[in-house]
Amino acid sequence: MCDSCGCVNPEEQITYKIPEGKSENPVGHVHESNSNLTGGHSHSHSHDNHSRTIQIEQDVLSKNDQIAQVNRKYFDRHSILALNLVSSPGSGKTTILEKTISSLKDLPVAVVEGDQQTLRDAERIKETGAPVIQVNTGTGCHLDAGMVHTAVEKLSLDKKSLLFIENVGNLVCPALFDLGEAHKVVIISVTEGDDKPQKYPTMFQAADICLINKIDLLPYVNFDIDRCKEYARQVNSGLTFFELSATSAQGFDIWLKWLQQRMDKLST
Amino acid sequence: MHEMSIAMNIVELASAAAHDEGAQTINSIELDIGLLSGVMVESLEFCFEAASRSTPAQGAKLSINTIPGQGKCMACDIEFPVKTFTDQCPQCQRFLLNISQGKDLRIRAITIAD
Repeated sequence: MCDSCGCVNPEEQITYKIPEGKSENPVGHVHESNSNLTGGHSHSHSHDNHSRTIQIEQDVLSKNDQIAQVNRKYFDRHSILALNLVSSPGSGKTTILEKTISSLKDLPVAVVEGDQQTLRDAERIKETGAPVIQVNTGTGCHLDAGMVHTAVEKLSLDKKSLLFIENVGNLVCPALFDLGEAHKVVIISVTEGDDKPQKYPTMFQAADICLINKIDLLPYVNFDIDRCKEYARQVNSGLTFFELSATSAQGFDIWLKWLQQRMDKLST
Repeated sequence: MHEMSIAMNIVELASAAAHDEGAQTINSIELDIGLLSGVMVESLEFCFEAASRSTPAQGAKLSINTIPGQGKCMACDIEFPVKTFTDQCPQCQRFLLNISQGKDLRIRAITIAD
């Protein structure tokens, strides 16, 4: 059954590919068990003539959330800072990653790339020298915790490293799926409408970090940064903002400094 | 359309519970869906039909309890009903909302045929 129309088995559609060419790290394994993830249900039930009711009382996304917790524990134990990057298509997620990785030369960085199709983003990341794996979701509109679990098993992650998970470009669906990340980072670019936080509140509610990208284009577009931040704060008063441009590097030092500080806080 | 994933999870949980009880057919599934959960009920019902095909949940009736939103103002500490994430505190008019209810997405129970 596919994620959009119910046509075939989604497991057959999801692929994990490491782009060919020079590999900085050999493919390794994360020894983490995700067995016993499905919970049971209670057996209290009422009877009538032909049917009975079984109480289940389980969150619909409990399986995803349990795998996300396994991922989170793994990241914690290995001092890996995992960031889940979410945005509309075209906000500049991959360009931000390229710039971030090439600027953080002393820090081990790895990337899980999520897209419906193609290896393009993974190939771009590979050029930076960072270990990367591409998850193609087929028709699926978001990454889930199980996909990240499998992807991380296939990547070789150094202890005390930074893991970027670039979600499928979609400002709606990825909001509901915990991947085990430390921070959900929502990215908006100034070529979009500054009212996006109000139009897509679920995502801005779920995130705790907000990057406003392409600020070098501000003179050419009708985008009011203060208004955008105000709209976003109305949805989520706890958001932390970074205003930057991945192409001109404007504001990038503050973002890099925050990442470095966050990494320094991780236990060894 | 994340409702398809949600529907598939519902079918999986319900079918596993039915299987544990030795039942072949699920008559109905009771769900709690919060108004702030990010799930559209119409879309979920549509997806459920596709997701449940050839499973014990095929043809099952979805019985949905809509859970209203509830929030607390972080400034005044008062609780009030919430319809959207951008609702203002009725007392101080600020947007310092802490959601306490309405993100629910839960499978409560299934009714199986004996």
